[in-house]
Amino acid sequence: MENNIELKNVLKKYNDFELKNISFNVPQGCIVGLIGENGAGKTTTIKSILNITKSEGTVKIFGKDSKKNEKEIKEETGVVLDDSFLSEYLTAKQVNSIMKDFYKNWNENKYINLLKQFNLPTDKLIKDFSSGMKMKLKIATAISHNPKLLILDEPTSGLDPVVRNEILDIFRKYIEEDETRSILLSTHITTDLEHISDYIVFIEKGKIIFDLPTDELLENYGIIKCSKDDFTKLDENDYITYKKGKYQYEVLTKDKSVIKNKYNLMTIDKPSIEDIMLFYIKGEK
Amino acid sequence: MNIILSNSSGIPIFEQIEKAIKEAIFSNELKEEEMLPSVRNLANELKISFLTVKRAYDELEQAGFIKTVQGKGSFVAPKNLELIKEEKLKEIQDHIEKIYKISKIADISEDEVKELFKMIFEEEI
Repeated sequence: MENNIELKNVLKKYNDFELKNISFNVPQGCIVGLIGENGAGKTTTIKSILNITKSEGTVKIFGKDSKKNEKEIKEETGVVLDDSFLSEYLTAKQVNSIMKDFYKNWNENKYINLLKQFNLPTDKLIKDFSSGMKMKLKIATAISHNPKLLILDEPTSGLDPVVRNEILDIFRKYIEEDETRSILLSTHITTDLEHISDYIVFIEKGKIIFDLPTDELLENYGIIKCSKDDFTKLDENDYITYKKGKYQYEVLTKDKSVIKNKYNLMTIDKPSIEDIMLFYIKGEK
Repeated sequence: MNIILSNSSGIPIFEQIEKAIKEAIFSNELKEEEMLPSVRNLANELKISFLTVKRAYDELEQAGFIKTVQGKGSFVAPKNLELIKEEKLKEIQDHIEKIYKISKIADISEDEVKELFKMIFEEEI
């Protein structure tokens, strides 16, 4: 599988924060989710990929150096960032006339169809849109020049479950239309990723904690629930972290089948991505 | 074709998909040479990862139930009766193992189990 994005040892130093040697790939045909706490480095990573923030290391997009070929790459990339890039005093129709001049490949018909499909009014000022409508407009604007790559920072935060699901469906459709496309999205709503992402990259304090296929996290990881006695019998290599409670120990394992074969009578639950994230951040070892 | 996935069954999702497709092939709901949905399309419909579906398809292909033509898609392989029989025999073996375990727990003799077997087979006729 070819990669649409390749990050190698991306480094960025601020006074109070550091992005440390970030490396990961976004393969063609895949949706990659970037997760982590607020301030963990998700947005900085995205801004480094887009060359908005200057950072060290190499970023390759479509196999090309992102700094040297920026213009060419941007023509094939759709971006949705947290801070709105559209003036609130425009209508969706006016956005069309601006974008037409902006992108060589801008497809007016596609944009108009997307507005219809997303039930967005063409003549209403954006400032009067709901937050869900604003996000849908941003996405419509980001994909109407048929980009090969879509990069989004927190596209579903602050939106209700119905709108969030509509947005996830837009992503599914986008990737199905052409399987050489990819999506990279950051989010702290990890439940969204369980139903859409193929890989999950977890960033904590500027470092990558893991970069794994979503199904491996959901199928192989497990939360062991046991007594203190059972916990002391566990080999330290068989778990990642644990949480001590008054009545039970909860222990995160990478491979629940190993635990099932090696120890008797352990209760093992299927974790959510959020559980796994919390164990890494809050668990003891 | 129905593919009903359970998150709480403890059976990996890719295995559940594999089983559903096999059943559809056995029951002739999916016919020889019929095209399967694309990996991405099925993943989107089931709201799961593309890699999970790919794994199910890979296993099905390895076992000889489907074949993938690069750039065209995946198709149901010509029916192999041997393969189907083997698959079903494996299923029967699993059930017999369970019967064996139950009989051990309750101290039921081999002859008693065989007697039950005979009864059931004769009833069917």
